[in-house]
Amino acid sequence: MVKLLTGIFFLLLLNGCASHNQTLYSELGGKQKVEEIVNNFVTEIEYDPVILPYFEGSDIDRFRAKLEEQICMVSGGGCSYTGDTMEQVHAGMNITETHFNHTVDLLINAMDKSGVPHPLQNRLLAELAKMRGQMLYR
Amino acid sequence: MTLLQRVCVLLLSVSLPVLAGSGKLTGTAGLNQVEGSGGGGIVPWATLSGYDTDSEVSVNAFLTRVNLDDYRLQVAGASVSLYDRVELSVARQTFDLTTIGGDISQNIYGAKVRLWGDVVYSDLPQISAGVQFKELQDDAIAYALGSADNSGTDFYVSATKVHLGAVAGYNLVWNLTARMTNANQMGLLGFGHTADDDYEVMMEGSVGVLLNRHVAVGAEYRQKPDNLGLGEEDWWDVFVTYIPSKSFNLTLAWAELGSIAGAPDQNGIYLSLGGQLW
Repeated sequence: MVKLLTGIFFLLLLNGCASHNQTLYSELGGKQKVEEIVNNFVTEIEYDPVILPYFEGSDIDRFRAKLEEQICMVSGGGCSYTGDTMEQVHAGMNITETHFNHTVDLLINAMDKSGVPHPLQNRLLAELAKMRGQMLYR
Repeated sequence: MTLLQRVCVLLLSVSLPVLAGSGKLTGTAGLNQVEGSGGGGIVPWATLSGYDTDSEVSVNAFLTRVNLDDYRLQVAGASVSLYDRVELSVARQTFDLTTIGGDISQNIYGAKVRLWGDVVYSDLPQISAGVQFKELQDDAIAYALGSADNSGTDFYVSATKVHLGAVAGYNLVWNLTARMTNANQMGLLGFGHTADDDYEVMMEGSVGVLLNRHVAVGAEYRQKPDNLGLGEEDWWDVFVTYIPSKSFNLTLAWAELGSIAGAPDQNGIYLSLGGQLW
């Protein structure tokens, strides 16, 4: 037990050191990889009967561009997000916890298909998860 | 009617007008601990047993077996989670005295309420409070050892948190539980002592790392009272859990349960199969 806790403590330290060298954005693979992830995510949504209706009437190319921008921003890629606020975008959608979490599953599928390693997936999800409160039940 | 039949009737008689639960991330729910509550192996957690979110209901069932040097614990149970808010559970423990012969059975009825937070998404941990009402079915040994009672209720408060990507990118989960109890060996040896029936607060903890979306490893610790003066010791285990899907999980652990009823160093393999039926 003590050994395990000590091990986890050192891993945390290690993590702290490692993340200073490179941004998450460049570790992911930069612009090209983020575009691939977003493309796969859009495909996941297109084939998902539960989530697709939320995108009815949306401009998918704009969604793609703004999501790429946002991922670049939260992963330290140096972009600034120029889209509408999360509250504005999701207004009137009344997104439930169930549908939110299901969409996270779709994003995980998209990252799997892009070959994003598990630890990088988690670190990106940790950044994106901060916006959850701005999306739910709007 | 047997306990299992009663559980089945209970489950069937609950009308389910809502979606089956699948709305949580894989590996953030799904397990039942040895007393039937949603949790790890030996510790109840603040998480509910099912993958339900606020608009869903789920039903879980599990079988657990712990092979010790002089004993074997078998547990069968089921739980219902409602809208990620309330969990009701029932478990039947059978404790085989493999060395001296005989067995002790206990029924446990549990309820838990999520008071605050979301284990993954809130900044602070998810907090839940629960009870476990325990009824010993075979109390001769409990009374012979000096226990005051053949039934008792544990009260607990748990805090659980998943930190996404916290350990070199891997998800970290921890749980801390405070339990008010007077149970001897979870109640299998009765409750309290004829000379001292007081409740005590015991601390329990778990820590784990998810190696990917399907495998978690970790350790658990459970502080225990020693009401009977038999040298009852704290429990701990190290575990690996395989979660191929939201409907199935398999846990293998090494458990060190210390001295039980005078037999020292009770260690062994813990194996648990669980699944979400709805």
